[in-house]
Amino acid sequence: MKSKAKVSSWGNYPPSSHDVISQENLPLIHDQTKKVLPYGNGRSYGDVCLNDNGTLIDTRCLDHFISFDEHSGVISCEGGVLFSQILELIVPKGWFLPVTPGTQYITLGGAIANDVHGKNHHNAGAFGRHIRRLELLRSDGSRLECSATKNAQWFKASIGGLGLTGLITWAEIQLLKVGSPLIEQQSKSMLDLTHFFEFSRESASTDDYSVAWIDCLAKGSEIGKGVFFTGKHIHSSQAQVHVPKRSPLALSVPVDLPGSVFNRFSVGVFNRLYYGAHLRQRDPENVHYRPFFYPLDKLQHWNRLYGKRGFLQYQCLIPSADQEPAIREILRLISQSTSGSFLAVLKQFGDIPSPGLLSFPRAGTTLALDFPIKGKETFELLESLDSIVLSAGGAIYPAKDARMSATMFKVSFPQWEELVPYIDPKFSSSFWRRVTE
Amino acid sequence: MKNILVIGANSAIAEATIRLWAEEGSGLYLVGRNQDKLSVIVDDAKVRGAKLVESDIWDVTDFSDFPRIFKKADECLDGIDLVFVAHGVLDEQGRSEIDFELAKQTIDVNGLGCLAVLTESAKYFESRRAGCIAVISSVAGDRGKPSNYIYGASKAMVDALMEGIRGRLHGSNVQVLTIKPGFVDTPMTKNFAKNALWASPQLIARDIVKAINGKKDICYTPGYWRLIMLVIRCLPRVVFKRLNM
Repeated sequence: MKSKAKVSSWGNYPPSSHDVISQENLPLIHDQTKKVLPYGNGRSYGDVCLNDNGTLIDTRCLDHFISFDEHSGVISCEGGVLFSQILELIVPKGWFLPVTPGTQYITLGGAIANDVHGKNHHNAGAFGRHIRRLELLRSDGSRLECSATKNAQWFKASIGGLGLTGLITWAEIQLLKVGSPLIEQQSKSMLDLTHFFEFSRESASTDDYSVAWIDCLAKGSEIGKGVFFTGKHIHSSQAQVHVPKRSPLALSVPVDLPGSVFNRFSVGVFNRLYYGAHLRQRDPENVHYRPFFYPLDKLQHWNRLYGKRGFLQYQCLIPSADQEPAIREILRLISQSTSGSFLAVLKQFGDIPSPGLLSFPRAGTTLALDFPIKGKETFELLESLDSIVLSAGGAIYPAKDARMSATMFKVSFPQWEELVPYIDPKFSSSFWRRVTE
Repeated sequence: MKNILVIGANSAIAEATIRLWAEEGSGLYLVGRNQDKLSVIVDDAKVRGAKLVESDIWDVTDFSDFPRIFKKADECLDGIDLVFVAHGVLDEQGRSEIDFELAKQTIDVNGLGCLAVLTESAKYFESRRAGCIAVISSVAGDRGKPSNYIYGASKAMVDALMEGIRGRLHGSNVQVLTIKPGFVDTPMTKNFAKNALWASPQLIARDIVKAINGKKDICYTPGYWRLIMLVIRCLPRVVFKRLNM
């Protein structure tokens, strides 16, 4: 029924301790003396999926499909179904997820609770926009069916509601029609940050997907140097290739490494090779959706490369008005610091409003970085980035955060108090306590 | 694409196996005790591609009712190709070794419940001279151990029944497959501490489908249990009784 388990988030930080109950015990939510929180596949980086000294509801047993209309592309499934499982079912039938983040190993419930976004934010908005209906199971045993027209306030509160409004037992999504599992990918090198904004503007109307990788060790006039990627679904069925039913066996990092393999030297070597490989403008190539959307999923447990102390992901958003100087300043601070970020991803969001009360995406530029936890200096660096974000009127993405201050959160999500009436009295999370108490 | 009757469809291993068959477009008649849970599995199997899915409620200790269930399944599927038996209970040895009624319950469900299904299925396939009976037994049936001999005895009964039926139906072109999983991480074993020997129901399910397609008689799953149990079966009694496994 109840077990003590070592559960962590993707960043392996902060350490925490929980009781874990599973879906069969759903009626038990009511009897829990401790606060509960749904836990899906643990792919959020910080502590939105943690509930230190509380109870987690393991939702992975809620992994059933409920219905799928192959003509309209409406699928309904339980909250613990993984994106990877949905894709296996729908892609051979000519459908795709309307929005997907950089890993397919997330649950549907988690995707809604964090209102995830992807490389198509500029034309599709956040994931929550594609949810037609969902059901919330509250700790008093009541079940609320929510949509834009029914229990609309609950719907709005639950999308991006960080799992606090109740357990999302199932949801119905409108899928995207595609002609094949292939993506036409193109990459070109960016010499500096102005290129990024230029390319983003150019591709906004022509490409389904766009994202940039940047070399965060680049300094001075080279700041923003990197590679710009775009992609389009290939709709011609001529290009149809055989989709393997199950993903081929992936490589895996078996244990937490004693220390992080990422340092200025290794990151520097990687960046030079990676940038060099993309220097030439390449012809568009057709690639399978998996390497295009989920390159990191090929290496299972890649988070263990950061070692036992874990890592912090930093994803901020800078609103359109001030984006260029603020992003430049953030990149300058990082290139000066001793922390090299292995992953540095830049993406221009569009202005499609997010449906959730507490959704993160808004018009502007988002930057995502990974930092191995070295100690105080890592946290200090991120705090100095916070102040740039704050003065530009930006925000930090809760799904990736493990350390922002309560002030930072309350200023960048001023609507947070509107969520409070919708929070289930038995639900709480480490994140929520950290940023609101 | 087969027509499959599943007994104990709510069990974790059955559910994982049902998914694989559904994806192949099989016809499924799912029998279990809990209607709500069954309906969830029925919908899921339909979405995954099963050509037909029906469900029925049966308590395996209602032995005499099984011929009716079997007949319904046969009519509904328009012929059965495979009977898959996956029901079972795991008793608490400490309690059932001092309480006859508890021990009997385990034997009733795992042993006699299986016999009820086997009697009907063997008759059916024998007359058709085709088909497959696949039953989930356990490595625990290989030897009586102090830690779980009631459960082990119920599974040893299944093993002996299956071996006999295999011989009887050998000339009738009927496959009789005994599946022997080791430690599987399911709701049945949720209170056990897990180690590297534990396997997921999904892995067991893949082995089961492979063994059926490969016309096997016995399937230890994961495969290394064949070796472990070979060693355990070979231990002399004088040693085995001292091990207190």
